[in-house]
Amino acid sequence: MIYEVHTWAVIIFFGFVALVLALSFYFANKTKTSASYFAAGGTIHWGVNGIAFAGDYLSAASFLGICGMIAFSGYDGFLYSIGFLAGWVVALFVVAEPMKRMGTFTFTDALDYKFNSRSIKFTAAISTLVVSIFYLIPQMVGAGDLVVPILGLPHWAGVVIVGSVVIFIVATAGMTSTTYVQFMKGGLLIIFSVVLTFYILNKGLEKEPNSDHHEYVSLSISFDPSGEIIFEDETDYLVQGNKEVGDNEFFLLEKDGIANWFHLVLRDEGLFLDEMLTIVTDPDGNTSYNGAPRSDKMFYQVGHLTMVMSDGEEVESSGPTNPFNFLTKIEDSEVVRYIRTSFEFDNSSVTGWYPEITPGTDIMKPGLFYKLEGASVWEKLNFVSLMLALFLGTSALPHILIRYYTVPSQKDARKSTIVAIAAIGAFYILTLYMGLGAMINGVLDMESSNMSGPLLAKSFGLGLFAMISAVAFATVLGTVSGLIVASSGAIAHDLLDKFFKVKMDDSTKVRAGKIAAFGVGIMAIILGILLQGMNVSFLVGLAFAVAASSNLPAIIMILFWEKTTSKGVSSSIMTGIVSSVLLILLSPSMFERYGLAPEAALFPMDNPGIVTIPLSFLTLVLVSLYTRKKEPAAS
Amino acid sequence: MLHEPAAKLKDDKAALRKSKLGLKLFLVYGLIYAGFVSIGVIKPELMGIRVVWGLNLAIFYGFGLILLAIVMGFLYHLACNRLENKLNHEEETP
Repeated sequence: MIYEVHTWAVIIFFGFVALVLALSFYFANKTKTSASYFAAGGTIHWGVNGIAFAGDYLSAASFLGICGMIAFSGYDGFLYSIGFLAGWVVALFVVAEPMKRMGTFTFTDALDYKFNSRSIKFTAAISTLVVSIFYLIPQMVGAGDLVVPILGLPHWAGVVIVGSVVIFIVATAGMTSTTYVQFMKGGLLIIFSVVLTFYILNKGLEKEPNSDHHEYVSLSISFDPSGEIIFEDETDYLVQGNKEVGDNEFFLLEKDGIANWFHLVLRDEGLFLDEMLTIVTDPDGNTSYNGAPRSDKMFYQVGHLTMVMSDGEEVESSGPTNPFNFLTKIEDSEVVRYIRTSFEFDNSSVTGWYPEITPGTDIMKPGLFYKLEGASVWEKLNFVSLMLALFLGTSALPHILIRYYTVPSQKDARKSTIVAIAAIGAFYILTLYMGLGAMINGVLDMESSNMSGPLLAKSFGLGLFAMISAVAFATVLGTVSGLIVASSGAIAHDLLDKFFKVKMDDSTKVRAGKIAAFGVGIMAIILGILLQGMNVSFLVGLAFAVAASSNLPAIIMILFWEKTTSKGVSSSIMTGIVSSVLLILLSPSMFERYGLAPEAALFPMDNPGIVTIPLSFLTLVLVSLYTRKKEPAAS
Repeated sequence: MLHEPAAKLKDDKAALRKSKLGLKLFLVYGLIYAGFVSIGVIKPELMGIRVVWGLNLAIFYGFGLILLAIVMGFLYHLACNRLENKLNHEEETP
C-alpha cells in the first residue's frame, strides 16, 4: 500500500538514530581490550543486564512478527509469545549459572570448558554463525518493512540503513554500546506497548473502526438457468471472467473502467460477491492494486468487526473495556479477516485477499494458522514441533548466552535472567492486546503483516506512531547488534584465535572482531533484501529450531551426562545444523518460496525440531559411547 | 588475559544443589507446558471452553504459563539465595 511520510515521524526516527550513534561514540573510547569489546568487561549491573536481555530478545519477531501474526491469525500468533517466554524457564533453571561459570566470552568457550577440543571450537563457532545468520534474516526483513511507512523509502533502503547503523554500533564499541542500546530499547518497548494497550482498551470494540475505513462492497446475486450472473441491486457491473481455486470461485467484475476480483460466498441471506483486495501483475510486469495504479491508493487497509457483542447485546460500540472484558467481548463478536489466495488468469498473476467473517470463538483459540481441529497427523506434529523448538531454542541462542558474560557473578546472571523473564513476560501478554487491536481497527496492510503494530499506533495519532516506529526500529537495532557481536566473537575469538591459533595481541583481536562484524553485517543486508515479504515470527521460529537442534543437546549433556565426549559434542552440533537446515530447505514454506506447490515438499512440516532435536541428542549419546574409551569424558 | 573470564568468579559451593533444584523446577514447568501442547493436539476443542472470568482455556492457560514462569523464577531465586547464604557462608566460617 502507499504510505504518507510525516515530518514528526522522520524527526523522531533520525533523533533516535543520532542518540544511538552518540552512545556508540561515547563508549568507543572506553573499549580497548577484548574483554570490554566482547563481554563489556563483565561489569554490567544485573538490573541493566536484565532489561538489556529483554532488549536483546524482544526482536522484530516479538514486536512486529507476533503482533502481525495475531492480527492476521488470532490466537495462533500468541502461541509464539507463550513459547518464547517458556524458553526462558529453561535458560534460568538449567543454563544461566553453568554458562556463566564455564564461559569467558562466547558460547564456544562454555562448551569447550571441559575438553579443550579443536573440533568443539570449530563446530560451536560454525553453529553460532549459522544460528545468528538465521536470526538476522527476519530482523533485517522487519527493518525494511518499518522504514517504508516512516521514511517513504523502499524496503531495501531500510535494510541498508539498519545494517549500516548496526555495523557502526558494533564496530565502534562492541558489547558495551550494544548493552546500553538494548537496555534503552527494552525499556522503551515495554513502556510504549503499555501506552498502546491503554489506547486499545480505552477505545474498546467498534463496528466502524475509523472515519476513513473502507467498507468492502458485497453484491447480492443469483444465477439464471444458463449460469449467467444476475445482480439483485447493482446493474453497473460487467462480468469479465471467473476462476475456480479449490473450493473457492472468484469473478472479475468491471465498473467505471476499473476491473477487480470478487469472491463468491453463500450466506443465510443468499449468494453474494464480496470485493477483494488484489495485486495483479500482467505479462509486461505492470502491477495494479485493486484494478488501479498503486498511486491511486485503492489498496486500502482492512480488518474490522461485523458484529460487536457487549454484555449479551449486539451494539455499535462497546466503549472502554478492562483487559479481561476486551478478550471476552472479542470472543462473543465476529471479525472480518482477509484470506490470501493466488492464481493465474489471462497470463497475469493474481494475488488476492478475500473477506471472511470469523467468529470470535475461533479467533481466541488455536487453529486459524496451525490447523488443529480435524488436522492431519503431519499438521499436528508441525504444531508440536514448533512448540518444542520455541521451548528449547531460547537457551541455545548464542547472542542470548553471551549476555551471561557481561555481569560480574553467577548470582548476577541469575538475577538478570529473572528481571528479563518479568519484563519479557509482561510484554508478551501485551502482544495479545496489540495484535487483536490491530485486527479489529481497520489498520491491516495485507502486503505486510509485520506492520500491524505500528499502523495500529498510527490510527491513534501521528505522535504515537512516530514513537512506536522509532522503538520498533530500535528493536531491530538492539537485536541485530547482539547477533553481530555474537558472530564477531565466533569468528575472531573462536575461529581465528582458538581454532586456527592465529597469533594476535589483544588490540589485534578487537580489530579482527570489528572486521568480522562488518562482514556479517554486509551478509545480513543482502539476505534481508532477498527475503522481503516473509513473516518475521515464522522465520525466527526456524532460527529457534536450528539453535535447539544444534546447541541445546550439547549444553544439556555436558551439564548432566558424565560420559559426554568432545567427539560426541561436535558430532551432535554438526548433525543438528545440517539436519535442521536441510529439512527447512525441503519444507512446504520453502517450496512455496521456490515457486513450487507446497504439497510437493519433500519434508511435510515447516518446523523440523521434532525430528532434529532428538536426532542431535541421539548422535551425541551414540558417538560419546563409541569414543569414550579413546578420549577422557567430561569430568 | 585473552583466555580468562571477563569477570573473576568466586567458588560456589551451592552450585550442585542449585543445579538439582533448577532441574526439578524445569521438569515441573515442562510438564505443565506439555499439558498445554497436548490439549492443543489431542482435544483442541477444549481450548474454547470458558473457565474463569469469562476467559477460555486457551487464554487462561496461555496467560497462566507466562505468569507461572515469572513466579517460579522468583521462588527459584529465593531458594538459591538461601542455599548460597547457607553453604558458601559455612565454608567461609572457620
